[in-house]
Amino acid sequence: MPDGAMPVLDVRGLKTVFRTRGGEVHAVNAVSFHLMPGELLGVVGESGSGKSVTMMSLIGLLPSPPADVREGQVLLGGVDILKVSPEELRRVRGARIGFVFQDPMTSLNPVFTVGNQIIEPLRAHMGLNKAQAEARAVELLELVGIPDARNRLRSYPHQFSGGMRQRVMIAIALACDPEVLIADEPTTALDVTIQAQIIELVKELRHKLGMAIVWITHDLGVIAGIADRVMVMYGGQVVEQAPVKDLFADPRHPYTRALLKTIPKVSGVREARLQVIDGQPPILAGAPTACPFRARCAHAFARCHAENPQRRAIGAGRVGYGHDVACHWDPEATDA
Amino acid sequence: MLTFTIRRLLLAIPTLLFISLIIFLLLDMAPGSPMSQIPLTVPLEVRLKMIEALGANDPIFFRYINWLHKFFVIEPLHVFDGLFGTTFAGDSLRELSWQSRSPVADVIAQRIPQTLTVIGMSYLLGILIALPIGIYSAYRQYSWFDQLGTFISMIGFSVPTFFTGVLLIVVFSVKLHWFPSIYDTTLKVTDWASFGKQVKQMTMPVAVLGLYNAAQISRYMRSSMLENLTQDYVRTARAKGLSERVVVLKHVLRNSLIPVVTVIALGIPTIFGGAIITEQVFKVNGLGQLLITAIYANDLPMVQTLTFIFAVLIVLFNLVADILYGILDPRIRYD
Ligand SMILES: Nc1ncnc2c1ncn2[C@@H]1O[C@H](COP(=O)(O)OP(=O)(O)OP(=O)(O)O)[C@@H](O)[C@H]1O
Ligand SMILES: [Mg+2]
Repeated sequence: MPDGAMPVLDVRGLKTVFRTRGGEVHAVNAVSFHLMPGELLGVVGESGSGKSVTMMSLIGLLPSPPADVREGQVLLGGVDILKVSPEELRRVRGARIGFVFQDPMTSLNPVFTVGNQIIEPLRAHMGLNKAQAEARAVELLELVGIPDARNRLRSYPHQFSGGMRQRVMIAIALACDPEVLIADEPTTALDVTIQAQIIELVKELRHKLGMAIVWITHDLGVIAGIADRVMVMYGGQVVEQAPVKDLFADPRHPYTRALLKTIPKVSGVREARLQVIDGQPPILAGAPTACPFRARCAHAFARCHAENPQRRAIGAGRVGYGHDVACHWDPEATDA
Repeated sequence: MLTFTIRRLLLAIPTLLFISLIIFLLLDMAPGSPMSQIPLTVPLEVRLKMIEALGANDPIFFRYINWLHKFFVIEPLHVFDGLFGTTFAGDSLRELSWQSRSPVADVIAQRIPQTLTVIGMSYLLGILIALPIGIYSAYRQYSWFDQLGTFISMIGFSVPTFFTGVLLIVVFSVKLHWFPSIYDTTLKVTDWASFGKQVKQMTMPVAVLGLYNAAQISRYMRSSMLENLTQDYVRTARAKGLSERVVVLKHVLRNSLIPVVTVIALGIPTIFGGAIITEQVFKVNGLGQLLITAIYANDLPMVQTLTFIFAVLIVLFNLVADILYGILDPRIRYD
């Protein structure tokens, strides 16, 4: 490791399978990544690439059945949280790992006040009494930029706008000072100006609180602005991973290259869910035996159809810690 | 909410007046006369006098107003006097049953306790059984518990109560002699022995109706829970690290109860009206049985009054359901 620090979160060889009537769906295949303290890891990939399922597998948020987290380790502060009891895992959720979901309109419970919903994790994890929890809830609402916080505690979610609700979701996720914040497309459902405000807020909170963040998005433009490192997912696998500058400067995977071409030129215009790449995402019916991108890849050759490429380091450094790619094709050999 | 309630109550007045007019006119067209129960030996002059005294020859509009006046003013005053020993009503003319010659309100008041204990108890029991079953069935969808629950509730509301009632009587009264087949209204609960008797005679009718009610309500509860269990806010609650108990019994249940409570409130009038068959089967002399016998005896005032009471209850509990909905769901604002 470059600076000798321990990752807060270290995911190794995670594999999640859904058992459905039509057979198994291999949604996450041997995904490994880590997160340094205070770091922001961007995760990109088109719809169905397994971003959400990966993150929800980490903390046991997938209903089982049908989900089955089969293999892998999720080390949080050195302890494998896939092995701990459900009760211990529950004490990790919301306390050490906070979650923000995509749709703020439906992610809050409509029949409870916002205050009630912020207070719940505080009382469950930090053992605060009602008055303490309320004081902390006011603090949190102020932290995420909701004016008149004390009175707003008594409001119901429907009395808030979408952007305000997402701020509330962030307040809930940060309530217990988590080490890791996982934000699953937190701005996709919001309009562009609100989106920018939320991104600014997260940047600011990151400086104030210093938690590590996983930021899932379709929008490489957002990633360029806030991420330290980027992980590109495709077909339930990590296909490329690099510090943000390297990824934009020297994309190695044909899929990453295609993604980069879809970034809109005029800033502020959101891209249409990456439909610009020809072809369909793969059907994940079995454990992969070939490169999942082969059917849509302009550079595919015989080996791509016979063998699923492993992640290999580009230049110096270990896989996962520098720049790595899971591709048989070598752009340097052909590009020249 | 208050203005909404007041507005709805005011709106209920024309609605009820309209319903009362329809009921009055429809039943007035029915064949039958107040004299049909009077022996033929009574001379014609006397009969005509009696009809005169009953006001049965007055113009229909006049009789309607008269009836309304009795229903809303005189009879309630008499009932009030009876309860508190006052004399507000004085000796104003009462609405009499053609069959028993006693005031309609008094007869109804006598019948209400039986209906409330037996039918009300079965409704309450049905709810108490149905809610936990519905909740657990949904939480463990397709488990053996859920499958069994589905099967039993299918039976519960597809087999009519007159069939289950008679079946229970045949098995438990006729063959096993465990429970009496006839409900004894004269039984007074004074000690443990008579209390035991009361419980025994209530068991079968309550079981029959309770099964029917539980079957229906548990289905509502189950589907409402299922709908809510997959909502995003449930995932949020889990992501906050709340225990399953809190997630299901607080977050999911609170949302799921909204439509179920409405259905329960709307069903309350059926306690009074819908149990007619069961009361007949078990010979419980409650309101349902009263209505049936009144219909057979051409007892027009009794039928009119009972029908109108059911109508009032239905309108009233519709309002109650709406108000409960507004209380339970903060997104609904009526004002
Ligand atoms: N309950 C489920 N049963 C079967 N398959 C599922 C289930 N949930 C997810 N999947 C599959 O898992 C794969 C990954 O889904 P996931 O939600 O992680 O994608 P994503 O990258 O988050 O997409 P998006 O950008 O649309 O959020 C998809 O192919 C999806 O079909
Ligand atoms: Mg997703």
